Amino acid sequence: MSSIQTGAELLRVEALTKKFGEALILRGIDLSIREREVVAVIGPSGSGKSTLLRCLNALETPTSGRILFRGQPAFGEATTGGFKSLPEREINRQRARIGMVFQRFNLFPHLTAIENVIAAPMWVRGLKRRDALAAGEQLLARVGLSDKANMYPAKLSGGQQQRVAIARALAMEPELMLFDEATSALDPELVGEVLAVMHDLARAGMTMVVVTHEMGFARQVANRIMFMDEGLILEEGPPEQIFNQPREQRTREFFGKVSK
Amino acid sequence: MGEVDTFWQFSLHEVLPRLGEGMLLTVELTLASGVIGLTLGLLLALARLSNWPFLRWPVMIYVALFRGTPLLLQILFIYFALPPLVDIRLDAMPAGILALSLNAGAYLAEIFRAGIQSIDRGQMEAARALGMSHSLAMARVILPQAGRRMIPPVVNELASLAKDTSLVSVVALSEMLYVTQRLGAKYLRPWEVYGWAALGYLLIVLSLSTLASRLERRLAARGA
Repeated sequence: MSSIQTGAELLRVEALTKKFGEALILRGIDLSIREREVVAVIGPSGSGKSTLLRCLNALETPTSGRILFRGQPAFGEATTGGFKSLPEREINRQRARIGMVFQRFNLFPHLTAIENVIAAPMWVRGLKRRDALAAGEQLLARVGLSDKANMYPAKLSGGQQQRVAIARALAMEPELMLFDEATSALDPELVGEVLAVMHDLARAGMTMVVVTHEMGFARQVANRIMFMDEGLILEEGPPEQIFNQPREQRTREFFGKVSK
Repeated sequence: MGEVDTFWQFSLHEVLPRLGEGMLLTVELTLASGVIGLTLGLLLALARLSNWPFLRWPVMIYVALFRGTPLLLQILFIYFALPPLVDIRLDAMPAGILALSLNAGAYLAEIFRAGIQSIDRGQMEAARALGMSHSLAMARVILPQAGRRMIPPVVNELASLAKDTSLVSVVALSEMLYVTQRLGAKYLRPWEVYGWAALGYLLIVLSLSTLASRLERRLAARGA
């Protein structure tokens, strides 16, 4: 477990629900995440982990509830039993503070590694190419890919692509990073290099919410584990407590099926 | 006109100069309606994919209308039926360009729509997650990728358009086919006359597809 001191509350979620059609995927989520905290969200498939993560940066619009970022309502306002989104422009602005890494990398295939990294700083922030390049090259170095800067994603391994995707997210200087099963699409031998980059980020004090099936990583790196089942956070606590003395029967069943 | 003109004498002196003029007009028609049709098609496709029904529905009706009726009828309608309706008299050339553009726009809209929808949803999500607006992501992330995939069907459509310009002959615009018909009637030597016209259209269509495969190769050289 990380020894970094956590700070003030960064993100708060209150009574968040999400319906797809008639299906209730999130059934009332409350959570709070502090600066520099690393929270691992675990649980069976279909428990709503990814949907929760996608609500946190408004890729999905909540059905009801509210999200507070540094105490301010983010992406919209709670209405009676609903959620009213802010205008697109404001959502875009707020989203830039939150980086996201996807299971399937989603690099832009028509751009080289470095162009992927500098795209948003240039197009969204309006940085000059020269300045964006300087920062982008540092980020690629940080994920160990300086020598791949001018390669197109198709020429990179899955692990390398995911590291570029992490650098791309970091290029917007986010205050919070979301990882949506970032290693699930990787060949087993490539998982380690991506986890290592995530571990480095955690050590550097980045606030992270990590949806993962990597129990070893969750145990080692997270300050806190959230176990989700059927659209609810069933229990949460420090890794040693969740892994060694889970309170809930469902959590114990889950651990019985996955290797801790 | 000598009655004993050989094939080449007849072709060089009587057919090709006139056919050349007609061909020039055919190329002009193709280029003008191609450019307008492409622009219109892109706008229609974006409207068709919009979240707003009041943009989607008119486009669906438009596309159904222009794909569901013969182009020949559309040309005749714009040339003959529109003037009494809206009190605008169009010459054959602008009427032809208008009809061809509107028609090509409908077909191209469907090609663009399919191309845009063929791009993985994760691309738009990744762009949005980085703070890009929908339109910025469309312009810089989705369309450049879709564009490459759409080259073959778009070129197909432009080749059809080049050939369809021949239908504008019906309103007496002296494009290639109209010229050909006049020459054929005048000299009663249809074999040469129509043969050269066929080669003329073939030349236009082949230039288009050569241009397209060059473009494709150049883009393919740049990664994925």
